[in-house]
Amino acid sequence: MANASYYKRTYGEKKVNDHYMLGLKLKSAGIFVVCVILALICILPLWIVIVNATRSNAEIVNGLSLIPSTNFGENISNLIAKEVYKPGIGFKNSAIITVGATVLSVFFSSLTAYGLVVYDFKLKDAAWTFILAVLMVPVQVSGVGFIKFMISLGLYNTFVPLIVPAIAAPGVVFFMRQYMKSSFPLEIVEAARIDGCSEFRTFFTIGLPMIKPAVAVQAIFAFIANWNNFYTPSMIIVSEDKKTLPMMMSALTADRVKTDYGIVYVGIALSIVPLIVVYLILSKYIIAGVALGGVKE
Amino acid sequence: MTSAANRRIKKLSYAKYGYIFILPFFIVYFLFSLYPLIYTFMISTTRAESTKANAEMTYVGLQNFQDLLFASTNRTANALHESFVLSFGNTLLLWVCNFIPQIALSLLLAVWFTDNRFHIPGKGFFKVVMYLPNIITASSLAVMFLSLFGETKYNPINMLLLDWGWIQEPILFITNATWHRGLVSFIQAWMWFGNTMILLMAAIMGINPSLFEAAQIDGANGTQVFMKITVPSIRPILVYTFITSMIGGLQMFDIPLLFNKGTTKDIYTKTLAMFIFERYSGQLKNYGISAAASIILFIVTAILGAFVFYMNRDKEEIAEKKRRRREAKRLKGGGF
Repeated sequence: MANASYYKRTYGEKKVNDHYMLGLKLKSAGIFVVCVILALICILPLWIVIVNATRSNAEIVNGLSLIPSTNFGENISNLIAKEVYKPGIGFKNSAIITVGATVLSVFFSSLTAYGLVVYDFKLKDAAWTFILAVLMVPVQVSGVGFIKFMISLGLYNTFVPLIVPAIAAPGVVFFMRQYMKSSFPLEIVEAARIDGCSEFRTFFTIGLPMIKPAVAVQAIFAFIANWNNFYTPSMIIVSEDKKTLPMMMSALTADRVKTDYGIVYVGIALSIVPLIVVYLILSKYIIAGVALGGVKE
Repeated sequence: MTSAANRRIKKLSYAKYGYIFILPFFIVYFLFSLYPLIYTFMISTTRAESTKANAEMTYVGLQNFQDLLFASTNRTANALHESFVLSFGNTLLLWVCNFIPQIALSLLLAVWFTDNRFHIPGKGFFKVVMYLPNIITASSLAVMFLSLFGETKYNPINMLLLDWGWIQEPILFITNATWHRGLVSFIQAWMWFGNTMILLMAAIMGINPSLFEAAQIDGANGTQVFMKITVPSIRPILVYTFITSMIGGLQMFDIPLLFNKGTTKDIYTKTLAMFIFERYSGQLKNYGISAAASIILFIVTAILGAFVFYMNRDKEEIAEKKRRRREAKRLKGGGF
């Protein structure tokens, strides 16, 4: 590429251009091949699982195939009959926790970010510094204290410790605050005040609608993170009828399920297919959101 | 006069609302995160008399930390120390083995995808597909790979390789330590390379294009542009990725845990998070030790987090504040 001008001087315009363009084309083709291979590595394991979910145990044991078979319905009824993995209950529990935690986390994070951006108060800088400082503290480090505290409050084995703490999500507040800093005009709040709009009404009718893009992105990420969460539910939930979908996955490694691989694969497929569908619908926003989260400096 | 004006200003101050708006966050944070953290600190200096949930706790000072960090002549304490060192070592090993290939691949792809001279059809499609593994439940992925590479000898992958004649004997993917660790690292890298790639792409696209143009005019080749312009320009993002990935790596849990369910040889990939977890929920229940290990994890994370904290500060705002302070000082000092 860069030596084009050099070549031009040495070998003449036409020849060099051909040479240069050919090199680029070859390189592009090489990159394309690498990308295809990587894409296959990303898709194939998932595809094999989905295909195996539709095949009978005998077919699976016989070898790999990339073409779906007809055993899907039977696998599902076998799975339900085994009673270790209850997709219905898992879905319900996961949905309650995920929706609750997502709504709380996005709403209260917007509220906090709005408070930090719109108002001037003495402890504002201290509050923001605190949020930055705890941004990276993982849940694991307070796990023991959390569990013992929840036991003493009588909240062990309930959904409360999985939903309510979502109100305080430093990462979401961080994102919202940065977003508002760059694209929320404070004059509009002034204007609303002059018109006699109360502060809360301003937040609900002007603030929230104006940061809708940030809310949408964070809602998607919070939803995925909560849906996939395995650590916190495993420490809080013990009874079978309260287990979430990711927790039920471990039941698929139990010995009495492993006699029929169709069951194992249909169980995995039930947990990943809904996510893939949602992802494909929202992929544009998700990828834009990931990129946005990275641009900090 | 002045006091009346002041009173008027005070009456118009909206500071109160600022506190009201951020209050729920802080109440919930203190209750569900900060208090448990302090409580964990307290538990880390105690030892339970039995494994019952309501067992009596006695104060033992820093004994738990000593047991974890240093070898001892007491056999149980030493076993604990060895198990802790092993899980810490495993965590680091798994992280290094997944991070190095992951960042190399992501960087390469990010450079390719942002270079306009290459014509790559379906760039958008590739981005979507490469990010796909990241959104799927990690525990499902663990069980999925466990089934594909299975505990039985004749799992799908082995049968395929045997069919093609690439191998003569089935490979023991799960029971062989190297394969086992390699697979767990592979799953981690597989899950995260798309995410890292998108972050790096955003960073590269943020570089001033005139830098690349200038390099081209000066006759720099691809490697030179990469080493002298791309990497130095995105260094902050690279450091950020490195540290956040390391903090994430220290919490590695779902995949190693479920991957281990297939075998009894969980020493290959037992991570720090698993060590902590099994000591407050398993048969090995020992709250004091679990808490002490958590606190060690907290200290390591805090050191790493300090870098991220430093990078997340609003640089312009800080510069503005400094300027204002200097101005104020100058006015005061140079005043009449």
